[in-house]
Amino acid sequence: MDLYLPIAEMSVNAFVIILLGGGVGFLSGMFGVGGGFLTTPLLIFYGIPPAVAVASSATQITGASVSGALAYWRRGQIDLKMGGVLVAGGVVGAGIGQVIFRQLQKIGQIDVSINIIYVLFLGIIGGLMLKEALGTLHAERRIAAGGDRPPARLRRHVPWIAALPGKTRFYKSGLYISPLAPLLLGASVGILTVIMGVGGGFIMVPAMIYLLGMSASAVVGTSLFQIIFVTAATTMLHATSSKSVDIVLALLLLTGGVAGAQVGVRAAQRLKPEKLRLALALIVLAVAAGLLFGLTVKPAALFTLYSSQ
Amino acid sequence: MKAVAAILAWLLLTAAAPTPLLRGAAAPTMLLTDLSQGRIDINTTFKGADLLVFGAIQYPAGAVPDAPPDIAIVVRGPAEPVTVRRKARVAGIWLNTDSVRFESVPGFYAVATTRPIPDLADDRTTAIYEIGVDNLQLSPASGASEAETNDFENGLIAAKRKAGLFVESAGAVTVTQGVLYRARIAIPASVPVGDYAAEIHLIRKGRVIASSSTPISIGKSGFERWIYVMAQEHSLAYGLAAVAAALFAGWVASVVTRRS
Repeated sequence: MDLYLPIAEMSVNAFVIILLGGGVGFLSGMFGVGGGFLTTPLLIFYGIPPAVAVASSATQITGASVSGALAYWRRGQIDLKMGGVLVAGGVVGAGIGQVIFRQLQKIGQIDVSINIIYVLFLGIIGGLMLKEALGTLHAERRIAAGGDRPPARLRRHVPWIAALPGKTRFYKSGLYISPLAPLLLGASVGILTVIMGVGGGFIMVPAMIYLLGMSASAVVGTSLFQIIFVTAATTMLHATSSKSVDIVLALLLLTGGVAGAQVGVRAAQRLKPEKLRLALALIVLAVAAGLLFGLTVKPAALFTLYSSQ
Repeated sequence: MKAVAAILAWLLLTAAAPTPLLRGAAAPTMLLTDLSQGRIDINTTFKGADLLVFGAIQYPAGAVPDAPPDIAIVVRGPAEPVTVRRKARVAGIWLNTDSVRFESVPGFYAVATTRPIPDLADDRTTAIYEIGVDNLQLSPASGASEAETNDFENGLIAAKRKAGLFVESAGAVTVTQGVLYRARIAIPASVPVGDYAAEIHLIRKGRVIASSSTPISIGKSGFERWIYVMAQEHSLAYGLAAVAAALFAGWVASVVTRRS
């Protein structure tokens, strides 16, 4: 079914977009990531103008995260205090990101910058996650083979984060740390939300585990909680400045996305967390490798056009 | 076909009633043009449109020459400034390096002709009338050398051709009995909106002897237009509506799947 998008100003196949949303929604519910890191490149690949893809996928992530977050909320797996601090940082970061986005657009380096940032972040995070997941799986296999159980690892403390002033308790996260740490984390992710059109869960989740040392049960729900608010703020920024939010495109993605997210949440309950992390690591690395390949291969068209009103 | 009949009727009328303007052989040859649609509406199911450009050649005193005439039909969209950027390899990565700005690039340009453009007229003539994508006056604004600018211009044309926004179709114009001409111009779904024009040039022995121009408007209608206007003029409300719709959709899905 062909449908003309009013803001993207092009005709798309509605079923393809809904399916794309569904696939990404599944991952969203499963891993607690918004899935924007897949939606945005896929939309651009489909031919949607990058500015519209980035802005509309932010809108879609808002909706996709709601159903996921509600599911975690009912299970009491959201730390509201931690989420609030992350959102506050995220909104500030989104504002900063918008300024950077504009500058990069002006000098014509936005596309390549988006790609380089994607490769760097996805590569580093995917690599770390892969190493961690493989290590855990390996240790389990040794135990199963009758080996000794390795000594339980202590909760990691990052020295500079522990040294920040004004410590407070985050009960559900099982933390006693300074709110400055999540505030800074939220702001950094907020910048990326605007530039990359992502929820930032793929950075937020590992950062909450490895940097803040949050207890695993609250991580995914709290990440989804903050994604809702930061992507909503991003939608507002894009809608009022670049006017590139395509509500029809976002709703098409959502139609598939919300359904996919519910399925994803259920699937996640049945799978082992180590296997989940291994799968996410592999997906993240695959996207990074694909983008890196795209950056280094001679493009089919050396010349690109930018409408300069 | 109603319009074709109308043109024929008009021709008969003008032939029957001698106009004072026609003064023997000195009277100019005229082009009469009509379009299948003067306005193309972009709605939710818009997949592009087929524009039929047709009309008749009115010769002085109705004397139709033996040799078949040549016709070039140009449909062009609103011009806008475009910056063309060239990628080059820097430290193993392809990035945009230099750029040239072109001040007037038509958002859409399609030319249909009776024969290949080089056979119609000499380069100078086709350049003056901007017949053919290579003859467009794109007004490059840069200090780059001519060779450099040419490279960028070719890059721009190639990109526009690939997007289906610059089209040349030789042999797409058919002329019947030396008088009636017609051509179908495919308007792709990705055309920019705005005021278009269909320019028709009658060419004989390498010279343009008559031209006509007919306006076309391409615009969004109905729901598409409403959304677009909201996004442009009430962007804050539009943004809030987008967020609300997203939140609502998420909530509905959550409720529905919980019940089932």
